[in-house]
Amino acid sequence: MSSTFETVAGIISETCDIPREKITPASHAIDDLGIDSLAFLDIAFAVDKAFGIKLPLEQWTQEVNEGKAPAEQYFVLENLCARIDGLVAAKSA
Amino acid sequence: MRLEYFEMIDKVTLFDADAKRLVAAARVPKHSPVFEGHFPGHPLVPGVLLTETMAQASGYLILGLNGLTQMPFLMTVDKARFRTFVEPDADLVIEAAVSIEGSGYAATKAKISIYGKPICDAELRFRLMPFPADLAELMRARTAAIGLQPEAVS
Repeated sequence: MSSTFETVAGIISETCDIPREKITPASHAIDDLGIDSLAFLDIAFAVDKAFGIKLPLEQWTQEVNEGKAPAEQYFVLENLCARIDGLVAAKSA
Repeated sequence: MRLEYFEMIDKVTLFDADAKRLVAAARVPKHSPVFEGHFPGHPLVPGVLLTETMAQASGYLILGLNGLTQMPFLMTVDKARFRTFVEPDADLVIEAAVSIEGSGYAATKAKISIYGKPICDAELRFRLMPFPADLAELMRARTAAIGLQPEAVS
């Protein structure tokens, strides 16, 4: 997870022009870092490319909007990184 | 092409759903108010309209692949290169290929050439959103007009 976090934090820092030191595993992408939906698509693009996966952003957004899942589940970075690890593992299984 | 109406694609000449690739043709008009300003006495197609042309070819490709279930809106233009000028009455060949199909977005690589000579190229990204009211029907009519047969999506 730590190397995943380093990669994701680097992507967020570069994509959204956020100082790297402000980005921690506990950061909420929306509430703490102020990342909007358009910027998150940029991040998803970079994450998809870096890890060779497809983040199911539309599904996550729908679940959050319908109240079926808390936003933290997907948009707190340590949770996001765990899901990325899961997608990478599923891909190589 | 009807530059003033942003109708940049005349005809789709190839739509390969398996390869996720589209080729289209467009002829630059001999006369357009655009050329009165860009530039007086030296008419050239503005780079921003060439970018729009690449974006429309990419957009039609995405619509063809998703069966007009979501509308692609241009989100990002990367690595745009304009290699030579385009004058009135030029015959353009526009090629677009999907490089990444993400969730809620799609990325393409597109280029324009004239008789094999590279004109411009770029990497584009599109946000995929539900169709605003009535736009789906308009896009369906437009895709039919340029000869694009979208994939049937269940």
